[in-house]
Amino acid sequence: MALEPQDVQRAAHLARLGLDDNDADRYVDDLTRILEMADQLQAVDTDGVAPLAHPLDATQRLRADEVTETDQRERFQRNAPAVENGLYLVPRVVE
Amino acid sequence: MHDMTLTELARALEAGEFTSRQLTESLLERIEHLDGELNSFISVTAEQALAAADAADDARTRGEAGPLTGLPLALKDIFCTEGVKTSCGSKMLDNFIAPYDANVVEKLKAAGTVSLGKTNMDEFAMGSSNENSHYGPVKNPWDLSAVPGGSSGGSAAAVAAGLVPAALGTDTGGSIRQPAAFCGITGLKPTYGRVSRYGMVAYASSLDQAGPMARTAEDCALLLSAIAGHDLRDSTSVARGVPDYRAELGTSLSGLKIGLPKEYFGDGLDPAVESAIREAVKVYESLGATVQEVSLPHTHHAIPAYYVIAPAEASSNLSRYDGVRFGHRCDAPKDLEDLYKRSRAEGFGDEVKRRILIGTHTLSEGFFDAYYKKAQQVRRLIRQDFMDAFEEVDVLMGPSTPTPAFDLGANKDPVSMYLQDIYTIAINLAGIPGISVPAGNVDGRPVGLQILGPHFAESQLLNVAHQFQQVTDWHQQRPAFGKENA
Repeated sequence: MALEPQDVQRAAHLARLGLDDNDADRYVDDLTRILEMADQLQAVDTDGVAPLAHPLDATQRLRADEVTETDQRERFQRNAPAVENGLYLVPRVVE
Repeated sequence: MHDMTLTELARALEAGEFTSRQLTESLLERIEHLDGELNSFISVTAEQALAAADAADDARTRGEAGPLTGLPLALKDIFCTEGVKTSCGSKMLDNFIAPYDANVVEKLKAAGTVSLGKTNMDEFAMGSSNENSHYGPVKNPWDLSAVPGGSSGGSAAAVAAGLVPAALGTDTGGSIRQPAAFCGITGLKPTYGRVSRYGMVAYASSLDQAGPMARTAEDCALLLSAIAGHDLRDSTSVARGVPDYRAELGTSLSGLKIGLPKEYFGDGLDPAVESAIREAVKVYESLGATVQEVSLPHTHHAIPAYYVIAPAEASSNLSRYDGVRFGHRCDAPKDLEDLYKRSRAEGFGDEVKRRILIGTHTLSEGFFDAYYKKAQQVRRLIRQDFMDAFEEVDVLMGPSTPTPAFDLGANKDPVSMYLQDIYTIAINLAGIPGISVPAGNVDGRPVGLQILGPHFAESQLLNVAHQFQQVTDWHQQRPAFGKENA
């Protein structure tokens, strides 16, 4: 199916990916061709075929609900762009 | 010593012919001289390498050396390495110093190996040419106008150029096997779940798998024994014992049943590559194997299924790069949404954005069943093709790639680039193991033979590859690049 620039902008917004209109126009063509390729799948008869999410058909392993991680906040926050008093800083959200 | 295999180096270290420090210094010097042109490393960790080499030499003096002690290698820059930049080839992570080691890195350190640094790659492992790296393209040492393949292009080029005897790569749709083929080395993608993904930057979690890239199948066996095994921190890692893969290399191939998938020898295959592969198959017949044609009828649906599933998983995995906790953050965001959008717009490259957009679109309301669910159904049919084939034969063989390495800049169009992975991509969807082995050379560019087996048949694949390398010398050929620095 052919995409319109607004479809690309919609996906970009959902992905919180900034795109200006020039970018969106540029991606329309590429994404349309990728989706046209994906549309070939519609020709495959998959009636009664269960979707395969894990190549070994394994299910999620569970473990006891116990604390196994230690607090390493300072260490992990060394990679953060802005922190204060152990908190991550972002622009004001609530006025 | 830059020409030796891991196995030969281990023997020489054990015999005291040189120390790990001497070996490490010699390779670091070679990297210094040659990698400016090749661009196979993003970070060279000389200081840590020399410290690890000294520790390895000390362990040997104390009589505590193991099979890998003091052996140098390199890590694709997708593996978190404590205290070292782990960029994943992206501007997004250019400032990211990993606070912990990936499981495979822990294991390789514990085994006494010496990492020389982190190798270049397509950004977030998305690419087939290594041209999508924030740190610039890698060149193929066999021909500097050719790509090394991708996404583990830096690892493949570094091994081929004799900068390091082995490296780790990752393979989501061919990213170990295709660059191994293009660079004339041996590369193994293990069964999904065989090697822990903990600490490996995620691209498409149901497809990603780490594996060894080296000069011989024997070296791949040595490394796989070191990195494979169950890890509680990766919920998809498989609880299954790890054999000594190298000890299982001596089996005769008499009676081995080889299947040639007819879909892997059709339109689009370079005739010179086909003839090299057919010659390799004849070598196997001379070793006592029998050959028959088989069919994998859903082969041509693998690329479409992959380009739905992988971008969908990527769009979810890459949502973590929000400019808040780590990674690139834009300057002076005016609000939180601006912070997310601009940080991600600035931090990600073109191909990554394309895949995030495709994945977000196909997972969004109204499209999910038509794309994602359909692709997962087709994925089961693709896996069934392989299971049916392995009822008839022991292994499958074919070309790793439709052509030898293409020129830098030759595939500007994304869809034509995707089609390069026609022979490798279905293997990840099925979760089975595959290995690429040097098997020819066309106009100075190597050809890779791909060998596939059922889930957890790594021992067999490695042995089948090893037996070929006992009677052929394709794996011993080296590019002219870097010879004068021997």
